[in-house]
Amino acid sequence: MNKNDPGQGKRIPVVEKIFNANELLALDNRKQLDAAGVVGINLMASPGAGKTSLIEHTIWSLSNKYRLAVVDGDVATSIDADRAAAAGATAIQINTGGECHLDAVMLRNALEQLDLNDIDLLLVENVGNLICPASFKLGTHKSVLIASIPEGDDKPYKYPGMYQDVDALVINKTDLLPYISFDMDYFRRGVEILSPNLVTFPLSCRTKEGIDEWLNWLDKVVSNR
Amino acid sequence: MHELAITQSILEIALRNGTRANATLITDIYLVIGELSSIIDNSVQFYWDIISEGTLAEGAQLHFKRIPARLQCLECNSIYSLERGELVSCPNCDSTQVKVVAGNEFQMESIEIE
Repeated sequence: MNKNDPGQGKRIPVVEKIFNANELLALDNRKQLDAAGVVGINLMASPGAGKTSLIEHTIWSLSNKYRLAVVDGDVATSIDADRAAAAGATAIQINTGGECHLDAVMLRNALEQLDLNDIDLLLVENVGNLICPASFKLGTHKSVLIASIPEGDDKPYKYPGMYQDVDALVINKTDLLPYISFDMDYFRRGVEILSPNLVTFPLSCRTKEGIDEWLNWLDKVVSNR
Repeated sequence: MHELAITQSILEIALRNGTRANATLITDIYLVIGELSSIIDNSVQFYWDIISEGTLAEGAQLHFKRIPARLQCLECNSIYSLERGELVSCPNCDSTQVKVVAGNEFQMESIEIE
């Protein structure tokens, strides 16, 4: 019998999502966070969009009100966790060793290293990548995508998976708008198609313009938990 | 890319379901992949041949069924497709308030066993 010829053997229905195992673990992470009253935020972006800078500003501004922790995912080094720790948060570095995203297992391992009862807000800095993190739920409460002006206005069209099911979009480096051809209407239109109810925060981590709106939104998310 | 992690997950699901059905061999695996899922068939097949070795599913043929993306306009309810693979506003009323009704799938539908 030619095993490459379908229809010869017995067909068994499966109907199971390939990401099912990860999604079950993500639910488990969510339960852990909920039980300790921690709000988890998944921050995703391409490399260099300004994830770590935004995290630093967030720590500086909100650490007098909330107890913050940061989980940093990177292929290698602890540069980002060191920056978050220097800014004043508890920081855990996860080196994915080549994996292009964080998954629910990696976050669970990081949660084990934290005392969740001493944390109000957990910022998870995903690996810089506009494709893979979208497929792997972590169990966090909100997904935030950080775009930046130099990346170009066509990214929502080119990376549709990443711009779906996002709760908030930060558009960083707006101070570069005078120097770069970036059609904000075209960009926003592409984003709206994918997430009609998305809130967007155009801001500059360098000049701090627009950063208060982001902080107010995050503050509300944490205080309403 | 994360095709290796995905392929390991495919193997785990196939073996679990095959074992439960008392299979002596898993010959075929039928997968459904939506147009918006960024999965590369060839890479999955490449990893598959390596990681399925020595298992019940060694050498099984992977079948990929691609589901085209379908979008539904939340204003006028029109259902439409991507234009040359690109997301566009509603061709009927130009609204950008749309939802994805198909194209995000990624699941195993069935396996064939002996």
